Amino acid sequence: MGQRTPLYDLHLALGAKMVDFGGWDMPLHYGSQVEEHHEVRRDCGVFDVSHMTVIDVDGPQAKAWLQHLLANDVGRLHRPGRALYSTMLNERGGIVDDMIVYRLEDRYRLVFNASTRDQDLAWMQAQVAGYDVHLHERQDLAMLAIQGPQARQKIAELVTQSRAALIQHLKPFEAEVDGDWFIARTGYTGEDGLEIALPAEQAPGFFNDLVGAGISPIGLGARDTLRVEAGMNLYGQDIHQDVSPLASNMAWSIAWEPASRQFIGRSALEAEKAAGVAHKLVGLVLEERGVLRAHQVVRIADVGEGEITSGSFSPTLSKSIALARVPMATADRAEVEIRGKWYPVRVVKPTFVRHGKTLI
Amino acid sequence: MSNIPAELRFAESHEWARLEADGTVTVGISDHAQEALGDVVFVELTEVGTEFAAGEAAGVVESVKAASDIYSPIGGEVIAVNEALADSPEELNNDPYAAWIFKLKPSDKAELDKLLDAAAYKAAIGE
Repeated sequence: MGQRTPLYDLHLALGAKMVDFGGWDMPLHYGSQVEEHHEVRRDCGVFDVSHMTVIDVDGPQAKAWLQHLLANDVGRLHRPGRALYSTMLNERGGIVDDMIVYRLEDRYRLVFNASTRDQDLAWMQAQVAGYDVHLHERQDLAMLAIQGPQARQKIAELVTQSRAALIQHLKPFEAEVDGDWFIARTGYTGEDGLEIALPAEQAPGFFNDLVGAGISPIGLGARDTLRVEAGMNLYGQDIHQDVSPLASNMAWSIAWEPASRQFIGRSALEAEKAAGVAHKLVGLVLEERGVLRAHQVVRIADVGEGEITSGSFSPTLSKSIALARVPMATADRAEVEIRGKWYPVRVVKPTFVRHGKTLI
Repeated sequence: MSNIPAELRFAESHEWARLEADGTVTVGISDHAQEALGDVVFVELTEVGTEFAAGEAAGVVESVKAASDIYSPIGGEVIAVNEALADSPEELNNDPYAAWIFKLKPSDKAELDKLLDAAAYKAAIGE
């Protein structure tokens, strides 16, 4: 038996097909993963993301420590309520994990992946020496992601006036605390929406209110197809300990300035840049029928070979798409080997769908 | 509980087989199989004229989640494939016992008797 979120019984009651995800028993879908995907793109849906790792960092040197630990610079969070996406690198420039960092009034909140909890905590504990900081894992919290063009509107109708007002004025990548709720305008679907962390004991009631109001529960299956369409990397699949953000379409998340900020992995990234980054992450579109899958080989004429890191059927495009790591000097056409046969694919920027619109 | 029609025979690999009046055998995947696969988005069909032994891989069903081989439940020569599945693979989810995948001319009809009947299949999938 895996770990369970506070919503486990509700998932079963809603007919979820449960699967193991990083040691957690989580809903894969509640009937049709494709329908759930469409629901988020055209209206909204609610995801149980209580399995994610939430770590609060405080203490007099919290900012200085995070500026050492992370490739992005929390110094850019000019006021409480702002958030940014970052990676945490090892000395080789490889990605230990990716996360969203929120600056709150008196602390920072980092939301990491679920499956990387142990390695993240071990890595962070190994880096605290010499800094006056405190880490608090928030296992007392549950987290719901409500995503889709109608998400904020619909949630605002179901919560207290002050929370509704907060939801209306939050800008993308902002977060605020209201009582014991933490409300952020972030997500992992390429749609507008919210991520709300709240005390675990309040989560079943709130989740029930959302479902009662006609907001569909969405499983991890649709979460994966939504994020692949949005071109968002998944840790353990597209990114891992042995690749850097430079080879992962994530150079934008590295803060090089100020040059004096010696974050972990900086010198390795500088060396990689100086030598010439060898690989990049691109998008692939299969024009023929079939489904691209992780680990299939990509062949680019006169350039070389690469590998699919995430592949799936795209419900929005009704064709198969993938993220693939290929030689930097890629081309606009390639071939993918599926069960011994080579299929032509189009090479595109790895953002297929955003805000309900097709970009390729 | 999945739907398991009493008149069909089943392979342990979750294909169903139906002996038709003309002596041919129609093959598809069970309700239990489509349920486990989730939304089917692609079916790689075999070719008419191909000969299979019982248990030989005879096509692929891909759901959003994963690719799964289909195995020929008995030996024989493929005499028809369901081309309609190319445009509407989701029919395997909607109506798994109507959405057949291929038809065989069996090399030995007695092989049908080696397949599971509805009660045995029901037990095999733990229902």
